[in-house]
Amino acid sequence: MSAVIQTPEDREASLAGIGVSRLRKEDARFIQGKGNYVDDIKMPGMLHMDIVRSPIAHGRIKRINKEAALAIPGVRAVLTAEDLKPLKLHWMPTLAGDVAAVLADEKVHFQMQEVAVVIADDRYIAADGVEAVEVEYEELPVVIDPYAALAADAPVLREDLAGKTAGAHGPRDHHNHIFTWEAGDRSAADAAFAAAPIKVEQHMHYPRVHPCPLETCGCVASFDPIRGDLTTYITSQAPHVVRTVVSMLSGIPESKVRIVSPDIGGGFGNKVGIYPGYVCAIVSSIVLGRPVKWVEDRIENISSTAFARDYHMDGELAATEDGKILGLRVNVLADHGAFDACADPTKFPAGLFHICSGSYDIGAAHCSVKGVYTNKAPGGVAYRCSFRVTEAVYLIERMVDVLAQKLNIDKAEIRRRNFIRKEQFPYTSPFGFEYDSGDYHTALQKALDAVDYPALRAEQAAKRADPNSPTLMGIGLVSFTEVVGAGPSKMCDILGVGMFDSCEIRIHPTGSAIARMGTITQGQGHQTTYAQIIATELGIPSEVIQVEEGDTSTAPYGLGTYGSRSTPVAGAAIAMAARKIHAKARKIAAHMLEVSEADLDWEVDRFKVRGDDSRFKTMADVAWQSYHQPPAGLEPGLEAVHYYDPPNFTYPFGMYLCVVDIDRATGESKVRRFYALDDCGTRINPMIIEGQIHGGLTEGFAVAMGQQMPFDAQGNLMGNTLMDYFLPTAVETPKWETDYTVTPSPHHPLGAKGVAESPHVGSIPTFTSAVVDAFAHVGVTHLDMPHTSFRVWQALRDHGLAL
Amino acid sequence: MAKKLINVTVNGKSEERAVEPRTLLVHFLREDLHLTGAHIGCETSHCGACTVDLDGQSVKSCTHLAVQCDGSQVTTVEGLADKGVLHAVQEGFYKEHGLQCGFCTPGMLVRAYRFLQENPNPSEDEIRVGMSGNLCRCTGYQNIVKAVQYAARKLQSATAA
Repeated sequence: MSAVIQTPEDREASLAGIGVSRLRKEDARFIQGKGNYVDDIKMPGMLHMDIVRSPIAHGRIKRINKEAALAIPGVRAVLTAEDLKPLKLHWMPTLAGDVAAVLADEKVHFQMQEVAVVIADDRYIAADGVEAVEVEYEELPVVIDPYAALAADAPVLREDLAGKTAGAHGPRDHHNHIFTWEAGDRSAADAAFAAAPIKVEQHMHYPRVHPCPLETCGCVASFDPIRGDLTTYITSQAPHVVRTVVSMLSGIPESKVRIVSPDIGGGFGNKVGIYPGYVCAIVSSIVLGRPVKWVEDRIENISSTAFARDYHMDGELAATEDGKILGLRVNVLADHGAFDACADPTKFPAGLFHICSGSYDIGAAHCSVKGVYTNKAPGGVAYRCSFRVTEAVYLIERMVDVLAQKLNIDKAEIRRRNFIRKEQFPYTSPFGFEYDSGDYHTALQKALDAVDYPALRAEQAAKRADPNSPTLMGIGLVSFTEVVGAGPSKMCDILGVGMFDSCEIRIHPTGSAIARMGTITQGQGHQTTYAQIIATELGIPSEVIQVEEGDTSTAPYGLGTYGSRSTPVAGAAIAMAARKIHAKARKIAAHMLEVSEADLDWEVDRFKVRGDDSRFKTMADVAWQSYHQPPAGLEPGLEAVHYYDPPNFTYPFGMYLCVVDIDRATGESKVRRFYALDDCGTRINPMIIEGQIHGGLTEGFAVAMGQQMPFDAQGNLMGNTLMDYFLPTAVETPKWETDYTVTPSPHHPLGAKGVAESPHVGSIPTFTSAVVDAFAHVGVTHLDMPHTSFRVWQALRDHGLAL
Repeated sequence: MAKKLINVTVNGKSEERAVEPRTLLVHFLREDLHLTGAHIGCETSHCGACTVDLDGQSVKSCTHLAVQCDGSQVTTVEGLADKGVLHAVQEGFYKEHGLQCGFCTPGMLVRAYRFLQENPNPSEDEIRVGMSGNLCRCTGYQNIVKAVQYAARKLQSATAA
């Protein structure tokens, strides 16, 4: 009988570690209907809460009559701001340093604002109760246009801020002004513009959109009046932050608050914030002593939970005649709605918008972002992007196209002339970011070759020459750089808590393991990919590594999952925790093999005595020894915790190319081809990366081609159901081609940069670039999103191109 | 509110319950029968997360009343696997990475289960149209198409065998 000799390659394959397209660990429960989402949670004695909302966008509450609602059998309570006042919970702090009404306090500031809550035995009775609550309003003038909000005689929206000449981010110069935030060097930028022979400028609006995950927001709050502790199951992308906030608001010690994010049905930034519904459900449970469930419906989700974008941007580029960019100036008017509830690191009221110098080596740059109040829902979250990076990338990519058109230089060529060169990394941008790594020229060439760019341009020229062509052809090109993985705690915090993340790994005596994390998956596949990192680091098969997240009672504190921070921050924490274990394991292995640590080599899953392949101890051998008989001087057990505070952000990049054919009769834009090359550094699970890219591209397609939240003059949101709000089906969604280069991050322990938001950030300006390109020959430099058929047809008509 | 006695065969099991006439089928399944696979993603029958199979047709259970289903046969995602063996559509979604957050998945699976009976050998375009009543925010559909193709192949080879 001969022993099966496994080669190191065989053993490595059996681990399913980094680089393997491992099938997902999460799927078994989801494909059998055994997921555990918030609305699936039932508790004994649980009541249901529903919300009375304002039908008007701005008004005074004259009177609220609860009587008819309370008379309905099964209605247990109706709460208004008056009821929350004694608890000082009728207002709550926002992440942006403002306050937001939990329930409207004398005034409503936007349509669908929370006015009262009804708690009842089931959700049908709660809805009956909502219908029966009578609220009398006195209407006030409505402000929808953010420019009009700053007129001297504009209505005062936030009477609660009367007399406050400064907010959390500096002076306020108008009653509807929130902040003005600047970055870069204004005088250097002005000097560059004064000296430059070529200048271009473009106004653009990035419309208000909503992340609209398929699962809406909700929670089940359960306060135990005997033990005095609070458990809340919640749709949150940041459960630990929720615990801290709930403790601060309620006065319940953080040790008695347990927040659990169970399975989350998509987040995309929508589930970062803390919403009035959560607070009211928690208060209701405390007041009534019973568990209370609140799950919003889709209309409530789109109307009242955090929107994204709504940036009115003016960009300017200064350049030489051959297209070398010398200067960038940007002015933004940011519509923040009724309360400043943006989810950004504390010091950055416009997020990381100052990444807006993009992939280009620009000598001087300045940006200024002014936030204003309007009668719209609060928000301003990062919808599948790092904080305001989507807006920044859109701005610079549009501006580079505008400059290329002005100078009649091809849009690929102008990018080549301005790219930060490979040898310039680490590169300090004019806004002070230190880009970690990149190789833009190589990636662009690969993209152009993949699609045969010259052939596409030749085809386009032929189409343009044919006046009878039924379609216009547009080619979009974008070369974006993101800044993700927030972030270094010296720059980034949320409510004072540094934006580190964490991992705790325990190796069990028989060699399997559990890892607990401060992040929370919402579809990204953490339970699969995190295990792969540990598998490679420690030589334990990923199959026997359990990953747990989302329960604040068991997981180490972390800031959560958004802004592509899971792999850059938590992924690094895993590697570092694993390396602590590895170091201890080496000591134990040396003891077992009776050699010094220096005589051991690590090979895939074992420590080998150098020069003697027959003498080795696997990680499983070491694990057993660590619990059974650890060497003298070492603690028993094999586990580690690591809190990783990243030294820098990571800077993923990509080259996207899109070909659209626009029907000259109908304005329909058909995406013929979309090629996406992403560089996210080290690739942990290529299957999952590709899936994330498909999803991000599709969300980008939705934003560029159809999503919008239009308001009428009275502040009515003109489309808050899936009847109106565009979520593409399989029919509209283009087919995606994906590709990659690998430029590892030099400061990340694994070289990984994060990926899932790149396709959203990068694709949106690519679609615009393509649609505008179809009109470039008639002098069009920009068209605002969304590029719906009607809007595109209007452009065809206006330029005499409609058939 | 006065209740009405209904009998619905769900995943092969006869279920008799008294329900309010206004009870939606999805709430009957989720709350009364504790079958939480079908999810609620909207209230306008656009998203398809609540899709179940009712007497041989895919329906959105958020816009059917439970009382309308008296005497009917309902199959939910929980009824797709046969004695612990995954149905071909379930296997396809797993193998082809046809899901991410999982929220749309039960509806997608139940729709694919019916679609492949309506059209056992579909083209890609037919799959995209056939599945267009179900929205997914995560996958971009490309792998869902592959998952349905996988299931179609597997079901076809089982029929041929």
